[in-house]
Order: sequence, then C-alpha cells, then structure tokens
Amino acid sequence: MADTYYNPADLRKFGKISEWSEELGTKFFDYYGKVFEEGALSAREKSLIALAVSHVVKCPYCIDAYTKDGLEKGITKEEMMEAVHVGAAIEGGATLVHGVQMMNKYNKLSM
Amino acid sequence: MATKSLKARQDELAIGNKQLEILNGGPFKEGELPYFKDKIDQIGRFPLRPNKLEILQINVGYMCNQVCEHCHVDAGPDRKEIMTKETMALCLEVIKNTGAHTLDLTGGAPEMNPNFRWFVEEASKLGIKDFIVRSNLTIIRANKKYYDLPQFFKKHNVHVISSMPHYTRGKTDKQRGDGVFDKSIQALKDLNAVGYGMENSPLKLDLVYNPSGAFLPGNQEAMERDFKKALKEDFDISFHQLFAITNLPIARFLDYLIASENYEDYMYSLVEAYNPVAVANVMCTNTISVSWDGWLYDCDFNQMLGLKVASTVKHIKEYNEVILNNREIIISQHCYGCTAGAGSSCQGNVI
Repeated sequence: MADTYYNPADLRKFGKISEWSEELGTKFFDYYGKVFEEGALSAREKSLIALAVSHVVKCPYCIDAYTKDGLEKGITKEEMMEAVHVGAAIEGGATLVHGVQMMNKYNKLSM
Repeated sequence: MATKSLKARQDELAIGNKQLEILNGGPFKEGELPYFKDKIDQIGRFPLRPNKLEILQINVGYMCNQVCEHCHVDAGPDRKEIMTKETMALCLEVIKNTGAHTLDLTGGAPEMNPNFRWFVEEASKLGIKDFIVRSNLTIIRANKKYYDLPQFFKKHNVHVISSMPHYTRGKTDKQRGDGVFDKSIQALKDLNAVGYGMENSPLKLDLVYNPSGAFLPGNQEAMERDFKKALKEDFDISFHQLFAITNLPIARFLDYLIASENYEDYMYSLVEAYNPVAVANVMCTNTISVSWDGWLYDCDFNQMLGLKVASTVKHIKEYNEVILNNREIIISQHCYGCTAGAGSSCQGNVI
C-alpha cells in the first residue's frame, strides 16, 4: 500500500474504476466526455470552470489534470489564477454569507 | 536557459543511440507501456511503409541564431553542420526529377547557410508547387543583412512557415529566449507589410505552435482562433493557418523532460493520446528528409536520432524514388508523438 493517501500516478488509473462496475463506470466516463465537448460554452471556458471547481473541492488529481488541460488549451497562468480566485471568492462568500445567520441569531438572543 | 547546444556541452543526450536507449527503456521495457511497433501491429500497419512521396524536406544546416529549450535538432549558434553548395547541387538534381509536390527547407535557421539564397533562387525555377522555408522569424530581425528576407521570399514565391510558441510575451520568451517575442512580432509585421499572411493573399504565411512545456497541443482549430484574435487585436498581425505540433522526446526536449522529471508522465500522455487513425497519415509515409551532409531519413526526427533510411539508397547522390519507396520506415517510441490526438506533422494535424 502507498504510504500517502494521494499518489500522482493514480490519476492515470482513473479509468480502472470501470473494471469493478463496468456499466456505471462507462456511463460516467461517457457523460464526463460529453460534458467537456464544445457546446454553448467553449471547451476553453469549461476547462477554466473545472479548474476553479477543482480547487473548491480540493481535489489534487483534478488540479493536476486541469492545469495541464489549461496549458494544452493555451490558457495563460493569469487566467488560471483568476479562475482559482473566482472559486475562492465563492467559497469565502459562502462562509461569510452565514454571518447574516449569526447576526440574526445574535440579535434574536440579545435584549 | 541554456545558451549552448547539448553537443557543445558534450552532453550524452547529443548522441542518437543514447536517446534511443532511453526511448526503448523505462516504462516500455518494464512492460507498463506498449512499444510503438506492437501498437501499430494491432492495426496491421507494421512494418510501416511509405505511400506516394509528396514532400522533400531538406535540412540545410543545424546552425541557428536561437537556442530553444525544446529544439529536437539541438540547433544553435555553435552548430557547424552546414550543407555545402556541392550537396545543394545534388539536391537540385533530385528536385528537378522528383514526383514530390512540396519542397520544405528547414534547419537550424536555413537562412544562415551562406548559400541559402542561391539555393532558393535555383530551386524556385524547378516547378515545385509548394516551396516552403521554415523561418524562425527572429532571424529576419537578427542582423541588417536579413532585413530584406520578406522581399526575397516574395520574389521567389516562397511559402513561409514560422514558429510562434504563444501570442503572449512571457510564454514565448521562456521557451525561446528573452526578446524573441518582440522580434517575432516585428518580423511578422515585416512579412505582412509585403503581403504575406494577408487575407486572400497568395503569399502564404503559416505559424507553428509547439507547447512550451511537458504537455500536448490542444485543438488546432481552437488554438488558431485564439492566435488569430490575439495577434490581430494586439498587434494587427495576420496569418493564414496555425499548425499545432507535438514536441517529440528528442534532443533538448528529451533533456528537458528528464531534467524536469516529466519524462515518464509525458510518455504516458503520448501513449494515452495514441490515435490509430493518425497512423495512416504520419508524415514519414509521404516525406523524405535530407540531412545537411546528404544522408536520407524517414523524417527530421529520425535524422536527429541518426536513423538513416532502411534502403539500399541512403544518400542523395544515389537518390532513387522507386527504390526508396519500397523501404520499411524505422520507428521507435518517439513516433507516438506523431500519432497523438489529431496526429502531428510538420504540416500540423494529420486527420
């Protein structure tokens, strides 16, 4: 067994999850592939969204994968960092907006 | 960034056999990745054989004004391998009689060969349909004696194909050296000024994009769209097509991959992106590559690995298209670079 929970080489083995459940694995990867095709959003825009989400869900595999994908699509490091900030801003906002709940409760409990 | 070639640094990766040892070893030898030979055998393509010859690619020398980090030629100012006028004369004889419709001059910086202009003048008289010169752009601005190259190219109806790693300064200079971006932009403006790359202009100007790092090129059409938009908006520059070319693990790019600990991952990426459809059109099936000293190769990459054609005809002085067309193409694991994704060749995607 690996002595860490995350091994970068495991990313290459992602496809192997289908071996233990072929139907669900195949359906997932078909869906995944379809999601990232050019559509109403360009593949480039989707790659940046994926990069931002990768950071928010804190998935090291996804961060590796979508940094490389961004490079392949000619996305600049400035664009990538802005996408990360978009993710961080939403995540920070999601924490802070609960401050209103705290304020509401505080006011309710206070004389 | 290195300022000397691997050869001048006496690096063992300057030796073809050493590179082949690496390409045949590692994950391939350990059975983790399939050999290219086995992969194409599965679709009945082994041994790989040529189709009709379409492109004669002549490397007129390894000398270059740049020392790009990814260069598979290991070119640079310190390289002294330059095609002589005698060898050029032998090439002209071949061009006169070839069935190929395209002549493709490459280097190094081909313009640095002292007989370059004479060769272009002579070759342009021989009725070749598409006459390409691969120019690195900065050479046009490197020295006053090259400033008139756009006019010279125009006079001889040369199709200019130029490298442009990115439409931003940072990425370009990192791969090719400080100042390369600004000089390239100026050179593109000079080419546009004489009509190259303009809409509907017969003076063809295409750009080559290679990734500046250990990753594969993205969708060629999407990249072309981005390049055209950025170069037009930021610099009012026009060009015709963009060719996205995969970096092959040879010479300085191989050195970079190993030094940055990206080699294994890169080979996995190439094998994963293997596209059997691309095999039918790989450029070695329609190209002959001629080295500065007249030897014949299946492609420019095999030239750099020292893998001469497997034919009784091995040199330009004994050139015979019929005999050459009966050869088996020499392959190794670097060939995965040409079959990845939409395929890669000196003319970009192959499917």
